[in-house]
Amino acid sequence: MLSIKNLHANINGKEILKGINLEIKPGEVHAIMGPNGSGKSTLSAVLAGREIFEVTQGEVTFNGKNLLELSPEDRSREGLFLSFQYPIEIPGVSMVNFMKTAVNEHRKYKGLEPLSASDFLKLMRERKELVEIDSALTNRAVNEGFSGGEKKKNEIFQMAMLEPKLAILDETDSGLDIDALRIVANGVNKLKTPENSSIVITHYQRLLDYIVPDFVHILYQGRIVKTGTKELALELEEKGYDWIKG
Amino acid sequence: MNNTSKDHLVDLYLDNLDLITENSAEVLNHARQEGIESFKLLGFPGPKSEKYKYTKVEQLFRSDYEKYFSPRKITFKVDDIFRCDIPSLDTHLALTLNGFYLGNPTSLHELPNGVVFGSLAEAAKKYPKLIQEHYNTVASTDDDGLVALNTAFAQDGVFIYLPKGVVLERPIQIINLLMSDENQMVQYRNLIIAEERSQANIVICDHTLSPAEFLTNVVTEVVAKAASNVDVVVMQNQHNQSTQFSHLYARQERDSVFASNTISLHGGIIRNNIHVLLNDTNCENHTYGLALVDRNQHVDTYSFIDHAQPNCVSNELYKALLDDQATGAFNGRILVRKDAQKTEAYQSNNNLLLTADARMYTKPQLEIYADDVKCSHGATIGQLDQEARFYMQARGISEREARLLLMFGFAHDVVGKIKIEPLRERIDELVNKRLRGELSRCHSCPMHCC
Repeated sequence: MLSIKNLHANINGKEILKGINLEIKPGEVHAIMGPNGSGKSTLSAVLAGREIFEVTQGEVTFNGKNLLELSPEDRSREGLFLSFQYPIEIPGVSMVNFMKTAVNEHRKYKGLEPLSASDFLKLMRERKELVEIDSALTNRAVNEGFSGGEKKKNEIFQMAMLEPKLAILDETDSGLDIDALRIVANGVNKLKTPENSSIVITHYQRLLDYIVPDFVHILYQGRIVKTGTKELALELEEKGYDWIKG
Repeated sequence: MNNTSKDHLVDLYLDNLDLITENSAEVLNHARQEGIESFKLLGFPGPKSEKYKYTKVEQLFRSDYEKYFSPRKITFKVDDIFRCDIPSLDTHLALTLNGFYLGNPTSLHELPNGVVFGSLAEAAKKYPKLIQEHYNTVASTDDDGLVALNTAFAQDGVFIYLPKGVVLERPIQIINLLMSDENQMVQYRNLIIAEERSQANIVICDHTLSPAEFLTNVVTEVVAKAASNVDVVVMQNQHNQSTQFSHLYARQERDSVFASNTISLHGGIIRNNIHVLLNDTNCENHTYGLALVDRNQHVDTYSFIDHAQPNCVSNELYKALLDDQATGAFNGRILVRKDAQKTEAYQSNNNLLLTADARMYTKPQLEIYADDVKCSHGATIGQLDQEARFYMQARGISEREARLLLMFGFAHDVVGKIKIEPLRERIDELVNKRLRGELSRCHSCPMHCC
């Protein structure tokens, strides 16, 4: 599904990613862990198509397409979803308008007619229940005045609406209390199918109790320095990152 | 050097005085002398006038504008050339053509509950005492040459009278049409009197129906008496070759609520002046405005909220979206006088520049002479939020749609303040079309100015 080969990326001339290799197959859950500044968020931003990062080497194919050549919106329409570490507040733009535009742009890309207003509202209702998001949130402007937990739930709600093939959850657990974490993780698990995959970026093993990974990768100084199964996360939790750095 | 448009206008006035007075009413004629004298003295606001710093007034009053001093005889039915585009809005309708009231069939409507609306000149003949008592008492001819000029020339316009305690369910809609084969200067006057505890929503729409160049100089006076509630929405939708000076003056008495929301959807050069005098205790004022400006258009707003008495609240929000080489200005003055203790006054002006060539000048001003008040003011000029744009793109929304959603969201802040739902929805739609670069005219407009 996703194949990253020798990916290098810079920001303002400084190299952050120094040769990432990663293969993700349909249905797999990969966790990426690593200390602050190791390049985790850069990796997700580069995959989502943030212009401030410059890819200097390497290639990324997503469902057979050259991902790096696609605009951010086309990456999304192809089925890539980034759950933001810090979701953006957009005053004045209602959740309904935002989601309706997004869903219909995805449909247009697939050659489908836009959803009728009633079908759209029905879809919203279903997905809201699925991810246990408060109804009131979707009547407001996008993320405006949402608490940290609400913002993260809103990311998962958007994911439920767009049904991506590959979801990248960038520190979705940061700033969540234990109940919110459970709800968010439940949402992710409910959306899981044998075909879709996810990349879970986190600092803490705790999230992986809820979203169980098939593989755990450790990113350090712009490279994946270790790959293992979920036990690797437990080992990290116990020993910290120092043994990697050493 | 001084053979200016000022002299030209004074001559025009003197030459046509008979015609002007003949086609108006005694009360309005009475005020003319004062108007012209004052205009002679003040002239046009010059480049040194802080208030008019960003709009060069005099050169806009070109001498080649035609001026008619009697109502145009129309041979067509207005319905054939103009249909209001808010079909779901059920209103009492008042129409003007080039500044004269268009009777349809009469020029004065008297509703069963005592509400009067229609031609100001007709009303001034029928109710001279009432008009005399209020006309030219809110607007002031001695500090703005343009108001003085209007007072000298205005012959007609719309009059609205709301008797004590009357709550008008249906809004009154004033549609000002400009239509002419020749370039025209139009000056008219509106007067709105809301007696104690009366309530009304008033919608004012400005349209141009022919491609000629128009120069409008209009003064609207509002007297909001004790505990009255008057809500005015102004929708300016004229073509690129139009210039408009619009002066809105309101005086609020005890416990009254007055709101105005000026949506400058389209136009050539627009200057909006809004003066609100909170003249007694417990008044509430809302002053909102939105300007969508592109190409070489120019929208300049001056507001003056005068807190003269204690315990009043005012809330002001102005937003402008500027594209291409458009320019805009906002000069908002809030004055809290010495006696106006416990005042709450808030002002905010936010502007978005969509290109590097667009220009916005803003000057929020707060002058406080009382010591127990809550006030704030602030202004921003910025660009579309790149982070927000990327966030939307990451959800599959194209860059263009993302920009449009952001612009629309920015504008909706102001449009959302409109209380009448069909009107709010319609204006939202017009704003949306305008931002998409589709001509946001009402369907009946013959103009293809975009």
